[in-house]
Amino acid sequence: MADTLSSIAPVHDKTAADEPRRVSRASRVLSSVADNMPAMLAIAGCIALWQLIVWGFSVPTFMAPSPVAVLYAFHDNGATLWNNLLPTLLEAALGFLFGNLVAVLLAIWFVYSPLAEKAFYPVAVIIKSIPIIALAPILVLLVGNGIAPKIIIAGLICFFPTLVNMVQGLKSTSPAMLDLMRVLSASPTEIFWKVRIPASLPFLFAALKIAATSSVMGAIVAEWIGSSYGLGALIIEATYNFRSPLLYATVVIAATLAVLLFFAVSLAERKVVRWKPSSHE
Amino acid sequence: MAMAQPKMDLPAQDLAPAAVSVEHLDVRFGTGLSQFTALKDVSVTIPKGALVTMIGPSGCGKSTLLRCIADLVHISDGSISVLGQTPQKAREGRDFAFVFQEATLLPWRSVLDNVRLPLEVGRRAQTENYADPERLLALVGLKGRENALPHELSGGQRQRVAIARALVSRPRILLMDEPFGALDEITRDKLNEELLRLWKETGTTIVFVTHSIPEAVFLGEYVLMLAAHPGRVKEFLKVDLPSERTLAIRDTVEFIRITAHLRRLLEEC
Repeated sequence: MADTLSSIAPVHDKTAADEPRRVSRASRVLSSVADNMPAMLAIAGCIALWQLIVWGFSVPTFMAPSPVAVLYAFHDNGATLWNNLLPTLLEAALGFLFGNLVAVLLAIWFVYSPLAEKAFYPVAVIIKSIPIIALAPILVLLVGNGIAPKIIIAGLICFFPTLVNMVQGLKSTSPAMLDLMRVLSASPTEIFWKVRIPASLPFLFAALKIAATSSVMGAIVAEWIGSSYGLGALIIEATYNFRSPLLYATVVIAATLAVLLFFAVSLAERKVVRWKPSSHE
Repeated sequence: MAMAQPKMDLPAQDLAPAAVSVEHLDVRFGTGLSQFTALKDVSVTIPKGALVTMIGPSGCGKSTLLRCIADLVHISDGSISVLGQTPQKAREGRDFAFVFQEATLLPWRSVLDNVRLPLEVGRRAQTENYADPERLLALVGLKGRENALPHELSGGQRQRVAIARALVSRPRILLMDEPFGALDEITRDKLNEELLRLWKETGTTIVFVTHSIPEAVFLGEYVLMLAAHPGRVKEFLKVDLPSERTLAIRDTVEFIRITAHLRRLLEEC
């Protein structure tokens, strides 16, 4: 009995140590493919349907290009798309940075000064309620036709959700936690850096994920008003010249940019916020 | 030599006869017509090294009294002396630690980093005499969970972390506000036994607020009962049970006699 056990045991150990790890990695890839399979099939189905409709009904290309025509547009206008992507990316990124920075600083001021919150929160709401498209011409008149109005509009669009969430996040600290810090005779600075800021991070990232996609939208909308470069300008130009495949390709690029920025923020969130914010503790 | 006790120049807290001495304490909240008296003429002396449990009907101000001692609530009248000092001085000197009903752990910090929190904050953190956080975690039965995050622990484990954190500064007084109130009975029994063991090992004075009569009697060397509307002292009684206690003591006649007595008193409150 003992002999059979000892002769079997090493073999068993080897499989136990080796197999599960390889299997788990392979099965993880497999399960993620299986998870995304319905979505991928649905997208592929939509594209195929689109292609069939364009073929079947002989839809003219200027009205709606086929997916194949859009693919050709990517190939033919690669340099144009790339050259116009970079300014839009720059505007969106700078707008994201400044809009969120101002929002976070303002939120901190509001949390420590109820008077400032009473005075300026309504102002922030008023600015928020002005349609961004209506704001674009005003900004062009104010600061000229360069990169500045685009950054301002991309920033403004990020600003409000971040302000609201950050104020809520900084106030989310439980009274018991503040009591604890008082018993420990912690200074307001220590409470700020060790309690309030970390507690606000899940709220901040929720807003940053919204801001990541809307900053691209802000930059593109700003480029519609008298701009000669950027994805927004390219959209206007392609539309006026009936270059529908190029128009569609630009829209695909813009959407991809927004999605990539969203995933970049999500990745940063996963690195920074490793705890569960839902818990009361 | 290392064990030698300093005999000269004893600090004020060593000369003080009591751990906590409350005299004619009044606490009122609000002003004018909406004023509400939480505590009225409360006087009580908590001897050094004692374990005092505090019980009373809801609204009797037992938590308020504990929070007054901890310098978390403003006193309207009367005085509190904590080891011969004002509560504020005692707080700044870390003479007491507080355990809340919720564990109040920072959810983004590991268990070990939560226990270290008292070492990292506070203006005058004299941390050289502090206890080793890792040893404290072993003491409360959480060896091996140092790197876990609070949400990975059970409610009872989180409260153990909170107790370890409170013990880091080697407090001379431990103030506990219904610390096991949110836990299930089995966990609570176990933690009660462990608290008694900790009390014996450390010699810390403990003031323990609870809403359970059996818990108050099982833990308490003394039971302080408050009455409500307004909050005032109803009874301060020495629990007539042996100091070596196991959970089985709750089935003895003496234990039941004491709990029955307290229950009658509570009905009068």
